[in-house]
Amino acid sequence: MGEITRLTAAELASRLSSGEVSSVEAVQAHLDQIERAEPLVNSFITVTADDALATARQIDERRARGEELHPLAGVPVAVKDLIVTKGTRTTAGSKMLQEWVPPYDATVTAKVREAGLPILGKTNMDEFAMGSTTEHSAFGRTYNPWHTGRVPGGSSGGSAAAVAAWEAPLAIGTDTGGSIRQPAALTGTVGVKPTYGSVSRYGVIAMASSLDQVGPMTRTVADAAALHELLAGHDAQDSTSLPQAVPGFRAAAANRDVKGLKVGVLAQSYGAGVSAGVRGSFQAALDLLAEAGAEIVELQLPALDYALDAYYLIMPSEVSSNLARFDGMRYGLRAEPQDGPVTAERVMAETRRQGFGWEAKRRIILGTYALSAGYYDAYYGSAQKVRTLVKRDFARAFEQVDVLASPTAPTTAFGFGQDAEDPMTMYLNDVFTIPANLAGLPGLSLPSGIAGDGLPVGFQLLAPELADERLYSAGGALEALLEERRGGRFADQLTEIGMAGSAADSTGGI
Amino acid sequence: MARLLSYEEAVSRFDPVLGIEVHVELGTRTKMFDGAPNSFGADSNENVTPVSLGLPGVLPVLNEKAVEYAVKIGLALGCEIAESCRFARKNYFYPDVPKNFQTSQYDEPIAFDGVLPVELEDGEQLEVLIERAHMEEDAGKNTHVGGATGRIHGAEYSLVDYNRAGVPLVEIVTRPITGTGARAPEVARAYVQTLRDIFRALGVSEARMEQGNVRADINVSLRESPDAPLGTRTETKNVNSFRSIERAVRYEIQRQATVLSQGEKIIQETRHFHEDDGTTSAGRVKSDADDYRYFPEPDLVPVEPSREWVDQLRASLPELPAARRRRLRQEWGFSELEMRDVVNANLLDAVEATVTAGASPAAARKWWTGELTRQANAAEKDVAELGVTPEHVAELAGLVDAGKLNDKLARQVLAGVIEGEGGPGEVMAARGLELVRDDGALEAAVEEAIAGNPDVVEKIKGGKMQAIGALIGPIMKATRGQADAGRARELIIAKLGLG
Repeated sequence: MGEITRLTAAELASRLSSGEVSSVEAVQAHLDQIERAEPLVNSFITVTADDALATARQIDERRARGEELHPLAGVPVAVKDLIVTKGTRTTAGSKMLQEWVPPYDATVTAKVREAGLPILGKTNMDEFAMGSTTEHSAFGRTYNPWHTGRVPGGSSGGSAAAVAAWEAPLAIGTDTGGSIRQPAALTGTVGVKPTYGSVSRYGVIAMASSLDQVGPMTRTVADAAALHELLAGHDAQDSTSLPQAVPGFRAAAANRDVKGLKVGVLAQSYGAGVSAGVRGSFQAALDLLAEAGAEIVELQLPALDYALDAYYLIMPSEVSSNLARFDGMRYGLRAEPQDGPVTAERVMAETRRQGFGWEAKRRIILGTYALSAGYYDAYYGSAQKVRTLVKRDFARAFEQVDVLASPTAPTTAFGFGQDAEDPMTMYLNDVFTIPANLAGLPGLSLPSGIAGDGLPVGFQLLAPELADERLYSAGGALEALLEERRGGRFADQLTEIGMAGSAADSTGGI
Repeated sequence: MARLLSYEEAVSRFDPVLGIEVHVELGTRTKMFDGAPNSFGADSNENVTPVSLGLPGVLPVLNEKAVEYAVKIGLALGCEIAESCRFARKNYFYPDVPKNFQTSQYDEPIAFDGVLPVELEDGEQLEVLIERAHMEEDAGKNTHVGGATGRIHGAEYSLVDYNRAGVPLVEIVTRPITGTGARAPEVARAYVQTLRDIFRALGVSEARMEQGNVRADINVSLRESPDAPLGTRTETKNVNSFRSIERAVRYEIQRQATVLSQGEKIIQETRHFHEDDGTTSAGRVKSDADDYRYFPEPDLVPVEPSREWVDQLRASLPELPAARRRRLRQEWGFSELEMRDVVNANLLDAVEATVTAGASPAAARKWWTGELTRQANAAEKDVAELGVTPEHVAELAGLVDAGKLNDKLARQVLAGVIEGEGGPGEVMAARGLELVRDDGALEAAVEEAIAGNPDVVEKIKGGKMQAIGALIGPIMKATRGQADAGRARELIIAKLGLG
């Protein structure tokens, strides 16, 4: 049974369709792995074993009847707990929603159900997707499967760890400033943030509405392409949803030819904050591409230096408004004041005091301040201008190159507790991922290698708006080149959870 | 506070300036940003979806019909229609606001810079400048349970009904309305009434004040003279009837004049109007500390009404109330005064429908503004509540024209219709009220009258034709009033050989 969990989603799908493996067997194998791995990684907030098995049985029956099924039907999936699932509690990693059972499905949840993918459970995350470590969860931290003394990245750390630890072949994450790509990088998995507006946000608990995007997290580029195809598409329930049809991402991922591909390297990739291990792995991957015929050019995008600052004004501003609804009046946690009168205002205040963790509070306060009368122009207004400049820089860059490349994160996985000491350093961890969110561009992270510390390094590709398929054609080719050099899949190198270290030696990392 | 200055004294010392914000609930089938029904009278929290409740993860989708209605309102008020405008979030915590922000328009209203001609009851005209008309969603409704006042203070607990949350609103904001002098209360009333009529003519709202479809916030300030800068204003919220609007403005003018006359300052604040005694009382102090942290709503895309569409809507606008009044007055040949009587009594629709049903305009006007209004007043009802339809009135007028009823009998028939005895024809037949034109019965009555009044007959024969009237009385008595007086006169003349 262990062998099933080692399959890619594509391999599992083909064994399901040939009848070699049943969906029930596939789900059970992953549930067994979840049981083994969870004590070490804590990827899930909620495991929905019964529901997953029920879906699997249905799919097996339908397949037996000869019904035409979605290519991924019967392949289990893990869903970030920010995405609303009817009948299954959806917590957003917060005490505020620890008992909340939604009465409706997110559009992406409905698509997953419609296609017949059994949902294994809801994955851990930083509270309301705020964080780069998955430490800020009311349900405990998630541990990096490579080194359980290190963070898995975040905020989609649960989804990333589940995929890396063989608990699920597919997972869904969300990315507001790197929350899919950065944990993918830190756990040696593949993560894609699609073009803003190409995957519906309906039913995805909003962090920063103008930045949030749902995307696939997998162990291979081809699997990401397949899941991305399922998730994408216009949704009338999301006003920011784009009308364009979904192109064939799976076909693009099969590309192996990089001759003449113009790859622009962000000059920031060689900046001071990038660790030697990351830089070495990144450069080696670039060299592979060059050897295979790609044209590598370094590009200066000066506005990107201000992207982080703009992001940390726009994101908290939207957060402060999006999180206002959690007040104990209608659903979720309701806390009454210890003493004094029980008025609506005081119940709201006490609920929010008890319900939100400190990172959520910090961002709510920052955003409230940035939007205040008299500060709006200087903060939110200026940040929007920077956003326009970032878009302009990218547009100019894509006149010269097909894709842009950088490390996904400046370092490999680091130890727990570091952001409590210095949030600014922590925020810097998102420096390569944030610009794509500001500009609405698609981005992909795939593992380029293992650094000297034994931990995975992520390689990021960015493409122009709606050119997501370029991520797959370039990413698929690069992945193949790396596999060829390595002699196997990246993920298969993780033979044992915690093989690079454990909590006992959790210091250092950066 | 010292004794309230009289209204006359207040307006002799100060120049009032008005500013009026009117909210109208649009009569769309569904809410502003979701598919929940927009209807009045449903059970509490029945007209809701996850979106109306602001559940985690939901997103708004703009109701295009609401945009169409907003554009129509803008066009009817002579506004420019924005080529592109955005929604904004108005952030504030209150239990009846499900998301703790209201989706509204802030610095980019869909319509702006309009002008609305308003006519007072005596025919005086003025123009109200419209600053903007913008779209927003309504909040839910709080009910405070326990405590004596029904207000939040002293209540044991509060209930929230989100049926109204997300109902589309258009808010229309005037520029300062100056130059009204003592007529400010009437102007305020006439302005809101004019808007109400326009909403109905456009078909964008039922515009029923009593259901809260139309709500007015009235800003009043006073200044020493028309040349002086604007004074500090107060805003009296949610004044919900035309009469209350007039009373609230009147009271605020008196109150502010009294305060100012004592050398004190007006506090910029919201005030509540009290229907029972016609006064206002202080609400929340409105200061610059109110900070709604507006920012563009990232979950919605800009609204960009195409010029072609706006032109189409402009071309398809129905006739507006003022133009309709002008046209009908001409068609019907009414004097200004006659027309105003009809309009002020809110009987224009009834009269028009009656004319359409076949009555002459004069008869339609006469019945509605005369007998029917009298009956309504006597019963302390609205004319519309009498149960008399325009078709009834047209039928009644037809019976009079055909000589089957005279005015007196027609009033009796109408009484029967009001009593619920059926249509005019039925009542006439059932009560036996038809004018007697049958010469046989009439001739007998005439002969009887001639025989019984020889002295009168002598006078007539002597050339005093006006004495014929003295014979009509007995004839009417004999026929229980159903005789056609004209025919009776003809018969008398014939019988006496004078013809």
